[in-house]
Amino acid sequence: MNKPAEYYQRDREWQPPAYSKDYKTSVTRSPRYAMISLENTVSEITGPVFGHNDVDAIDNDLIQNYAKDSDPIGERIIIHGRVLDENARPVPGTLVEIWQANAGGRYRHKKDTYLAAIDPNFGGCGRTITDENGYYFFRTVKPGAYPWRNWVNNWRPAHIHISVFGSGFVQRLITQLYFEGDPLIKQCPIVNTIPDPNAIEQLVAVLDMNATIPFDSIAYKFDIILRGRRSTLFENRLEGN
Amino acid sequence: MPQSLHYLKETPSQTAGPYVHIGLAPGAAGFDIYGQELGWDIAGPNAKGERIRVEGVVIDGTGAPVKDVLLEAWQANAAGVYAHPESQGDVEEGFRGWGRVITDFATGLWGFDTVKPGPVAGRSGALMAPHINLWVVARGINVGLNTRLYFSDEQALNAADPVINLVEQEHRRETLIATRQETDTGVVYKFDITLQGDGETVFFDI
Ligand SMILES: [Fe+3]
Repeated sequence: MNKPAEYYQRDREWQPPAYSKDYKTSVTRSPRYAMISLENTVSEITGPVFGHNDVDAIDNDLIQNYAKDSDPIGERIIIHGRVLDENARPVPGTLVEIWQANAGGRYRHKKDTYLAAIDPNFGGCGRTITDENGYYFFRTVKPGAYPWRNWVNNWRPAHIHISVFGSGFVQRLITQLYFEGDPLIKQCPIVNTIPDPNAIEQLVAVLDMNATIPFDSIAYKFDIILRGRRSTLFENRLEGN
Repeated sequence: MPQSLHYLKETPSQTAGPYVHIGLAPGAAGFDIYGQELGWDIAGPNAKGERIRVEGVVIDGTGAPVKDVLLEAWQANAAGVYAHPESQGDVEEGFRGWGRVITDFATGLWGFDTVKPGPVAGRSGALMAPHINLWVVARGINVGLNTRLYFSDEQALNAADPVINLVEQEHRRETLIATRQETDTGVVYKFDITLQGDGETVFFDI
């Protein structure tokens, strides 16, 4: 068992602020008071533990996990990478969940009314547990861009939503993966909630020919970085003497 | 130039968006895909302690309920132990202490069943009053918001709680306290979360 030690503080200049005027929904959903800074206690350094009993082997294959009579329509892709912490150590055994629109940009969701067609063979969600090296992969189809109500003419770049846990609740993270070369990325008010252009690049998956399967699927690599933690506990004791 | 530190940077957060249910609660999105959804049973059948229900709404800066929220709860068991190797002690078989709940699309009401947690040792041994850690994501929330739910019937422990006492303005501490109600169906704690404006909930940068 590791001795309890703190996680590095979240870099709030790297992360998007709560209020971003060009992402209109954030205007009334962003707290106005400053957050209270809380040094880690056992409530923050712990978090839910998941195992292979929680997921099925097919759950990370979005081409098959909802297919009824054929494969879904669209460009077949592989998304793969590692979950690491800020010390570049792998985060093994952690739950990674994704969701996305189909190749036409339509979500299988009762609230999505975009005119693009539902694909009867595509659900649009998947999940997996990282292996001992923090590695994960999904097989899916490339999602389409879709319009959304913000300005009159806003289109989301093709993206996949990703949820990751880590080992402490402080590492909990939801983000979005974008695709290298998409011209919609730089126009997107949701992307641009992130102030630092280098931070935005961290959300852009890169074409990975080495992982591409000839005559089958194009691969994109996407590493996910969770907060790191101190390796040594000095004076700053978390728990009682 | 000095040496380089070589730390990686945390992946930037992005909003969970309006369709978070597809990924994290697909049953609510309207389809059946997984063998089992995760997070609907927080305490499991064997957990000791008082069975409770927690209910509330999330309110935006205009006073309206937010109807596309997803909340996650993280809590210790009645003995104050988290189901995690870095918490001292054991939990009951089937107790995970983690839950996931979404709001009703029409009303914005959310609720979950669990057991009331026990007090937990805080930093340097100062006892923390019983609490449930909550994480709130939704369309329009760029980075998930962390808060804590404490219990109205724990006045003495709440008054001594080192985290509640970090909140300088005493009236704001009330936003962290769930109100106990005894109903026909059992004990319900009401806990509304206000994202912005009058009565804005205290959020923590953890
Ligand atoms: Fe989306």
